[in-house]
Amino acid sequence: MSRIRRTVPGVDAKLLIRDAARLLPDPSRRLFLRSAAGLGAITLLTGCDITDSNAAEDALLKISRFNDRVQALLFNPNKLAPTYPDSMVTRPFPFNGFYDEDEAPEIDGDTYKLEVGGLVDDKKSWALNELYALPQEKQVTRLVCVEGWSVIGSWTGARLSDFLKRVGADTRAKYVWFQCADGYSNTIDMPTALHPQTQMSFKFGDEILPRKYGYPIKIRMPTKLGFKNPKHVTAVNVTNKDLGGYWEDRGYNWFSGL
Amino acid sequence: MTAPATPASETSATIHPLWVRITHWVNAIAMLLMIGSGWQIYNASPLPLFKFEFPSAVTLGGWLAGGIAWHLAALWLLVVNGLVYVTLGLATGRFRAKLFPIRPREVVRDLGAALRGRLAHDDLAAYNAVQKLLYLGVICAGIVIVLSGLSIWKPVQFQELTALFGGYDTARYVHFFAMATIVAFLIVHVILALIVPRSLRAMIIGK
Repeated sequence: MSRIRRTVPGVDAKLLIRDAARLLPDPSRRLFLRSAAGLGAITLLTGCDITDSNAAEDALLKISRFNDRVQALLFNPNKLAPTYPDSMVTRPFPFNGFYDEDEAPEIDGDTYKLEVGGLVDDKKSWALNELYALPQEKQVTRLVCVEGWSVIGSWTGARLSDFLKRVGADTRAKYVWFQCADGYSNTIDMPTALHPQTQMSFKFGDEILPRKYGYPIKIRMPTKLGFKNPKHVTAVNVTNKDLGGYWEDRGYNWFSGL
Repeated sequence: MTAPATPASETSATIHPLWVRITHWVNAIAMLLMIGSGWQIYNASPLPLFKFEFPSAVTLGGWLAGGIAWHLAALWLLVVNGLVYVTLGLATGRFRAKLFPIRPREVVRDLGAALRGRLAHDDLAAYNAVQKLLYLGVICAGIVIVLSGLSIWKPVQFQELTALFGGYDTARYVHFFAMATIVAFLIVHVILALIVPRSLRAMIIGK
């Protein structure tokens, strides 16, 4: 887990310490089945209490990984998420995260650098004004939360695929990993990274991305559940190793595609 | 597929072939897993029009991630088993022989008899009109719940299906009401099976 405690410019140390605390074993969070009293009927049928069984949890995780492969097959790299008119943008657009809104990291745009690493030709860090110079486009798409609710937002920025081309990324690599200033990190599959609607977002609506929505950069993926869309991104890494992620490591499905 | 002339208790004819019994009980387990884990997922974000939550004692998975893991695992059991059941039901002619025709007049007559406790159960192999309607109805609810579920799971890849259900947010309500229909059926179904225990025996040993 040391990867998310590397020192990176603009990272809020307080949040990282809090995140480290969250990584300590917490049976009530880690295990799926502790309060699974609803399984009473199954317990009666099998004569044993499978609700305490790690075997059941291991089986669920295996099926979840199988479902990752099924979702990768279902993913059509040319299928675009539906887009909507500006008038349908949800207002006010909700803040959502694993911390409170006033705990979102404060990043100085003048000193901010986006680190680039892994299987790329050019590992030079990018300043914000260099990123802003990339060709940009706007998308109004639906954000679907893993909890079930959905909202429509307007994001403007550069295609991640354009950025990956500029840095000479090996697009045959399996994954792209993101590190964030709020202690969050996650890994996505390369086909999703190259999807035309996968965006390095610099703006929400007509405004520079506010702190609560992920200043200075959010990776917007309308083909993934909301939690797979990292905010306050400080490092991009092209890799063949699945480095996991904040929620994925806690039991959420890895692919989480829409 | 003709019904025996003598009451079931006096004949050795099989009422439910083995494939019906196996798919019935596999479906029972899959449905309980799907309903319990579905309620867990629902509780993470109750539908705006309802606001209520399911008691945690009847939910499965412990928290949202666990509920999702159970739901998308039991999904395979439900769908594969359901496909086997529907395929064999169509291929063997069982659906046509057992569930059709459904005549409205007979439904009214049999419903009246059922409510007065005068419905005959001499021949468990022949379904009365109310049974036919309920079984056909719950099969349709099963199809709707799977399709609306797929449209919630993949609103980009299956966006045409999602649009058919009125969009993502509306598809969640369709999924919920299909669940409510199935749970209502389940309650009536279990009560009636307990009132006529021979029917439960027939679904276990076939006779």
